[in-house]
Amino acid sequence: MRFALLILSNFKRHKTRTLLTVLSILVAFVLFVYLAAIRHAFEMGISVAGANRLIVRNRITLIQPLPQSYEAQIEQIDGVANATQATWFGGIYQDNKRPFGQIAVEPEEFLDVYPEYVIPAEGKANWLKTRTGAIAGRKLADALGWKVGDKIPIQATYMTPKTGGNTWTFDLVAIQDGATPEVDTSSFFFRHDYLDENRLRGEGLTGWYYIKLKDPKHAEDVVKRVDEKFANSPYETKTETEKAFIKGFAEQMGNIGAIVTAILTAVFFTILLVAGNTMAQAVRERINELGVLKAIGFTDTQMLLLVLAESLLIAGVGGALGLALGILFVSSGDPTNGALPIFLFPPDALILGIVFVIALGLITGAMPAIQAMRLNAVDALRRE
Amino acid sequence: MPDQLVTMRNVEKTFHRGSEDIRVLSGLDLAIESGEFLALMGPSGSGKSTLLNLLAGLDRPSGGTITVGGQRIDSLSRRELAHWRARHVGFVFQFYNLMPVLSAERNVELPLLLTSLSRAERKSHVANALQIVGLEHRAKHTPRTLSGGEQQRVGIARAIVTDPTLILADEPTGDLDRKTGDGILDLLQALNGEHGKTIVMVTHDPHAAKRASRHLYMVDGQVSTEMAA
Repeated sequence: MRFALLILSNFKRHKTRTLLTVLSILVAFVLFVYLAAIRHAFEMGISVAGANRLIVRNRITLIQPLPQSYEAQIEQIDGVANATQATWFGGIYQDNKRPFGQIAVEPEEFLDVYPEYVIPAEGKANWLKTRTGAIAGRKLADALGWKVGDKIPIQATYMTPKTGGNTWTFDLVAIQDGATPEVDTSSFFFRHDYLDENRLRGEGLTGWYYIKLKDPKHAEDVVKRVDEKFANSPYETKTETEKAFIKGFAEQMGNIGAIVTAILTAVFFTILLVAGNTMAQAVRERINELGVLKAIGFTDTQMLLLVLAESLLIAGVGGALGLALGILFVSSGDPTNGALPIFLFPPDALILGIVFVIALGLITGAMPAIQAMRLNAVDALRRE
Repeated sequence: MPDQLVTMRNVEKTFHRGSEDIRVLSGLDLAIESGEFLALMGPSGSGKSTLLNLLAGLDRPSGGTITVGGQRIDSLSRRELAHWRARHVGFVFQFYNLMPVLSAERNVELPLLLTSLSRAERKSHVANALQIVGLEHRAKHTPRTLSGGEQQRVGIARAIVTDPTLILADEPTGDLDRKTGDGILDLLQALNGEHGKTIVMVTHDPHAAKRASRHLYMVDGQVSTEMAA
């Protein structure tokens, strides 16, 4: 503590330079928080995906349908506890400023397969008895100002209704919450039988199947059995764990983890150069003063620690402000307006952030600190 | 009989520049008594500053022994020398060498940061040192707002604040006009006469050297003339 004033006083020398360095570190850490949240958003779906669930889709591509008749056949397969169909609707709500997923499901089976999707008992009962009933995730409902009882008109893009026009109207019967904060609450689910009865095309077809396993340990066997059962049929299947399915879906955009890591590496490398240059300059400019400190009795170790403390302080102030601001921004919500339903800064990334701050301070201060430590007082005092 | 504070025996100092060896001090013997005010004179390159650096423990001799206050300092490690300097040496530099971002009192406090004194004790020592140099009213000023003479007084206060065994002054008036320089020399004389401080001063200025109680004239790394004032 007795050296605190000496360390702090050095920031008065070049206030603008210090401020700009702190700002550049701050921006880097705001970016770190955002990228960590984006990465988390992509990985969260994978990590919360049920270990006891499989997804069966058309082998050619996800957008090719499967026959609805498969459901009963899948349920006969050894190891399958339940199978339920789902179809992507792909409609547009109002001006489409906040796009969201709409999926036709079989309510009872769907809620059995996805127990982490929580809706009130009354809402569930209403959904089962209302053919046009739909449920919306809490985040989605909040964002669009929906409440139970509202009529939700959605424009079809390819699921044209038999009745003409292209508007499907749903009755919102419940708001869906998540059993944990990581569960997605940004989608919209409605009844598959309503879709089947009113769509002009696609009779007898569905998008994919969710399978609930009796025992997750036998997932691999069930995958094989399902795909073998429908091999050489007009609708061959590709079955995979839900984790693999979501990961594959996310990776359609590229390896998010690798992209995020690459951006962060570039950012931190740049910041390392900026902050490192500041510290090197700060020490170079006051060689003579460091010589004086040595002359009056500061040891080599004390010189090393003084410079390291200074660089740690710069990194600490910039990093702490950056992390705090970043977390504040991220907590204000998904900047993509719905594309990243689970958008939050993961707590374990905070530890990583703190490690980065300390590493940045140590790395940028290391060379100047060693230079100060090795300084020969006689040579230093000769410099002006 | 006065105590012998510093004893240098057969001291040599050679610098290596590339393949060339430059001998700056050769077989130098010197004794300084406690309470002396010694002026070291001589042309540039005669070895005055090297001698001062060796006395200060900033550098180590290539040969010979240096004893200060009964302790051999020529064989101390860098770390031991740093601790020794903090306890026993006060420096006064030609260009004051104050920290520009610190106030006068904070500059004076610097050597005390290396002691175990409490904040209150440090404050009291600083106030005392500034009072001795007559600058207690300028304690809060930064070097930029002080005149050259005032800055050198702050430098002297920093040198005496730990009550060192030895005060080493390297051209303390070299950057000052005659009148201001006289004020600084008055102060050094008072520290020597009234406070009993042992001072070794390197100077080119015969006028400044007159204030010392003994003069040494150095040529080619040897003491060529010695005289009492």
